[in-house]
Amino acid sequence: MIRLPDPKTDVLARRDAIIAGLRPLLAESGLISEAIRLKPYETDGLSAYRQMPLAVALPETTEEVAAVLRFCHQNGVRVVPRGAGTSLSGGALPMEDAVVVGLMRMNRILDIDYADRVATVQAGVTNIGITNAVAGNGFFYAPDPSSQLACMIGGNVNMNSGGAHCLKYGVTANNLLGLKIVTIEGEIVDIGGAHLDAAGYDWLGLLTGSEGMLAVVTEVNVRILRSPEGARAMLAAFQSNEIAGRCVDAIIGSGIIPVALEFMDRPAIHACEAFAHAGYPLDAEAMLIIEVEGSVAEQDDLLDRLKAICQNFDPISLKVSQSVEESAAIWKGRKGAFGAVGRISPDYLCMDGTIPTSRLPEVLRRIGEMSDSYGLKVANIFHAGDGNLHPLIMFDANDPASFHKAEMFGADILRLCVEVGGCLTGEHGVGVEKRDLMPVQFAAHELDQQRAIKSAFDPDWLLNPSKVFPLVEPVSLALAAE
Amino acid sequence: MDTMYHLPPTAAEAAIATTVAEAAAAQEPLWLTGNGTKGAMLRPVRSRRTVSSAALRGITLYSPSELIVSALAGTALSEVQATLAASGQHLIAEPPDLRRVLGAADAPQTIGGLVATNLSGPRRVAWGAMRDHVMGIRAVTGRAEVIHSGGRVLKNVTGLDLCKLFTGSHGTLGLITEVTLKVLPLPETSATLVLPMAVAQAGVAALSAALGSPYGVSGAAFLPQAAAARLGLPGAAALVRIEDFAASVAYRSEKLRAELGVAGSSILDDAASRLIWAGVRDADPLVVGDDDAVWRVSVRPSAGPGVLEAAGCSGFLDWGGGLVWLVGAATPAAHQRVETAVLAAGGTWTLMRAPDALREAVDVIPPESPVLAAITRRVKAALDPRGILNPGRLYAGL
Repeated sequence: MIRLPDPKTDVLARRDAIIAGLRPLLAESGLISEAIRLKPYETDGLSAYRQMPLAVALPETTEEVAAVLRFCHQNGVRVVPRGAGTSLSGGALPMEDAVVVGLMRMNRILDIDYADRVATVQAGVTNIGITNAVAGNGFFYAPDPSSQLACMIGGNVNMNSGGAHCLKYGVTANNLLGLKIVTIEGEIVDIGGAHLDAAGYDWLGLLTGSEGMLAVVTEVNVRILRSPEGARAMLAAFQSNEIAGRCVDAIIGSGIIPVALEFMDRPAIHACEAFAHAGYPLDAEAMLIIEVEGSVAEQDDLLDRLKAICQNFDPISLKVSQSVEESAAIWKGRKGAFGAVGRISPDYLCMDGTIPTSRLPEVLRRIGEMSDSYGLKVANIFHAGDGNLHPLIMFDANDPASFHKAEMFGADILRLCVEVGGCLTGEHGVGVEKRDLMPVQFAAHELDQQRAIKSAFDPDWLLNPSKVFPLVEPVSLALAAE
Repeated sequence: MDTMYHLPPTAAEAAIATTVAEAAAAQEPLWLTGNGTKGAMLRPVRSRRTVSSAALRGITLYSPSELIVSALAGTALSEVQATLAASGQHLIAEPPDLRRVLGAADAPQTIGGLVATNLSGPRRVAWGAMRDHVMGIRAVTGRAEVIHSGGRVLKNVTGLDLCKLFTGSHGTLGLITEVTLKVLPLPETSATLVLPMAVAQAGVAALSAALGSPYGVSGAAFLPQAAAARLGLPGAAALVRIEDFAASVAYRSEKLRAELGVAGSSILDDAASRLIWAGVRDADPLVVGDDDAVWRVSVRPSAGPGVLEAAGCSGFLDWGGGLVWLVGAATPAAHQRVETAVLAAGGTWTLMRAPDALREAVDVIPPESPVLAAITRRVKAALDPRGILNPGRLYAGL
């Protein structure tokens, strides 16, 4: 179980005054304080953990965000920033003495500039909303997390979200040009703009993935890209994880950069096929979804090359999509994987480690052994191009022992990821979920160094303070400066 | 061999940490550098002691199938490039060789120096900067501690991203001792569309159209007459590069030429294309005298021509118009014209080279707003509490 810091009793005692102070800073209905209306904010995508917040502020402008933060700072009130609440690591989990600042009302697209290939949007615009706004002109926003229909760009920035297409297009950090942020003191600051590579420290890079601990993001300048002429997927199924892993190596070694290269193990294939009826081969131990882009002739050329490579690994089946519809069916199973696993198990934990891709067979074998010893089933989905592994651990939340075992199993998997040279989280963030595992990846002085950088932005540790770092007393600047 | 990033300090790192600790105790500034090939950039550092990563040499990990290479910071860029090329791969950001422009000695550029300065070439416009491909670093901080951030995998959001913070920090936060970079396969071939264009605005409009096409453009530069002549072209031109498999390059370059419809356009083959982009990458069009100043400006692409004109000096445009190279007289007035032009366009400048008097007198990069400047001071203090690492290099007094 994950512990939250003790609430500040003086803040709880001042609850009514804090609410009264916040209400005039926001537009009408912008502050939520009644228990029944706070309920939807008690958790996020990591729903095993719940905690009612002190209040929820729903600002409509950057200036309102600034006013709320200034007030919270002056009154020593903790703040938990929140986008759509889709974090799978508990990044938006409230605290009893904290005000949740929800950005969902800031959902306007402010500017689109096709000549300079940049769009300026408010933090509460959904990921897919950006692509939808520019698709008519043949453009798109590249990072595509599975939750893209719901998740918001402000959350994507804070978690440095990835997706299935990062092998070619990179993650959120690689697709940003500027931010408007509000500091905990309520100061509004512009970072970057519409240009590449600002001089000075890379605040854009440091803020991206900072999990709401450094500032609140209210506007984002994203790079928009022209869509390729077309894209098509193929399926290749193999007799073992090892063989599929070797095929991945051969594909990368061939000089082809597929736009996506997804790996599913046998349990994942079965769960997804039962859900999506995508024609996945049920007799396979491992399956790859490979997608290429370009004109039809270019797609044909690349798919022929890929087919020839796959043939060297004695595939059980090879299926090249012949149409947009067939490609969509191939992706439907993969994109519906979480829902699919949800159908065969009452609950699941979605893990998110990264491993060196060469260690995949070994890691899957050891996860299989852990699955046997914990008595919990697991399905593995893997962004094979970049080593990002998503084991889905199935358990029953009505049985506390089952949940406890699932958490221990997940922690063992993440320790294994670090042991083989990888990391605790590839795209979901540390949040509260992996917070207490941070010492597996970082030495104590390294965590202190990161804490000192948080202190440089938020000296009183009011912004999302219980996340990412194991709970200790905040490192003060004085200590940082010795 | 696996590089385990959370391993204890190596003997070399420990020795560097000892030097830093001694300097911190004595409150003595240190000049942190690699081979010093980029010493001409920004503001000079006044220090009696130098700490160099030059002796930290060697590739520590290369896994072509995982698209990952790790090297100690002092490893020559040329060695990394040769190792990658032998496996058909390359550094994605196309790092430039600015030794001629910077008036540097003939020492090799180090891989750590490229990360510390975040210098990227023409491919940056499509495929990202050095900072986008730094997957892991180890460094000795001003607290005399050896830390790591990131690792040797391509996707990693564990903790604050200090790789980004250190990349482009010019040795003001610590000495980078090892870097891990994402690499990609070398494209099979390339071709370049040469679009004769007399006026920069029209040239950048053509580059925007090319970059907004579905054909995967990986280089987009505009060369005014004088710059074009330096690269052997008969007149001012916009250049558009495509890199991929041969069939794709042939198809896309023809298709793009037809769609852009610029009279007199031609297509350079792979060899000619490589040559001309090496020139663009290394800023070969600039004629730099000993007493000249060189600025590297980043603005929104459509603002590039205006900055080139308003700065009142010669230069050329890369990154679709968004990177403006300028060379002119090293005077406060000339610098002021560049500052004014860039601030009006909403961008950023870097003084790449000038006599010390100018480097010490002006803002070598744009000053930050008071709020951001305060954060900069606190972050600097969090990593270099005594303020001894490359003091003043980015901001006077810091």
